[in-house]
Amino acid sequence: MRVQVVEKILNANDQVAGLNRVKLDEKRIFSINLMASPGSGKTSLILQTIQGLNTRMQIGVIEGDTAPVTIDADKILAAGMPAVQVNTGGECHLDAVMIDRALNALPLVNLDLVIVENVGNLICPAAFNLGTHANVLIASVPEGDDKPYKYPNIYRGLDVLIINKIDLLPYVSFNMEYFQQGVELLNPGLVTFPVSCKTGEGIEKWIDWLQLRVNQQKAG
Amino acid sequence: MHEMVVTENILNIATRHALHAGAKRVTDIHITIGQLSSIVDDSVQFYWDMISENTICQGATLHFSRIPATMVCLECGNEYKLNEDGLRPCPSCSSFHLKPKTGEEFFLDSIEIVK
Repeated sequence: MRVQVVEKILNANDQVAGLNRVKLDEKRIFSINLMASPGSGKTSLILQTIQGLNTRMQIGVIEGDTAPVTIDADKILAAGMPAVQVNTGGECHLDAVMIDRALNALPLVNLDLVIVENVGNLICPAAFNLGTHANVLIASVPEGDDKPYKYPNIYRGLDVLIINKIDLLPYVSFNMEYFQQGVELLNPGLVTFPVSCKTGEGIEKWIDWLQLRVNQQKAG
Repeated sequence: MHEMVVTENILNIATRHALHAGAKRVTDIHITIGQLSSIVDDSVQFYWDMISENTICQGATLHFSRIPATMVCLECGNEYKLNEDGLRPCPSCSSFHLKPKTGEEFFLDSIEIVK
């Protein structure tokens, strides 16, 4: 006997993600899921973001890592913002249940913005909805200009793209036009911020975008 | 990728629907995967044999049906199949504004049970 099911295989995760979104919306907190490959500058961007916004708002950070280390969370705490370290125990991505637990460990009543730093990986995080408001990817120049072509799924689901380490453009062979064509094929009109976390170039525009979205979320 | 998590989800969904239908045993599970979903059938099968042991789904055969990716051009409305050779502008009008119409599916379609 055949039983019709038609249920998304990651449905359980999507349901918890929906609850996370409700929890954030109730507190009028804007949230982003920051994804990238290892070494692209996720923590550096978060530190720059805190530096740019710390007089204007409170930012909570959820740090995902596969290994039981607190290197990244320690840096956030040293920058004066609350951080929770999530160790995935070897798993290649954060999922909605981990975010639910991490949100419960953050002082949400005081927060305006939650930044989730996903595990460094361009494949798996794309498949797991966390319930955050915007998917943000950092692509760094030394990784190469072919990444949109090789990891199309992560680019399809993005709301914002940050191109980091643009200070290295004179030293590496990175064809910006080829890179951006790949992005355009996957996600036409994607909001893009070229930045250097090292020199601070371009960070201001990213900060302005975040501030706007935080304000919109506050206004409801 | 994360085939272990995926396989656990398949087991949970199939078990829930089987119990609801009053099944004694699940014999077959039909899964639909779009071309753009990066799931490896062989890995799912590998984990399946381990985690379905001693459940109502033990011994069930997994069937994977693949759906090819179809792109639709947002400029001229042209629909075309995405080849294995990767990303290309619209073959009809060369536009870059494309959207996948099919190929992103990833769901458990049906189960076959014995009552």
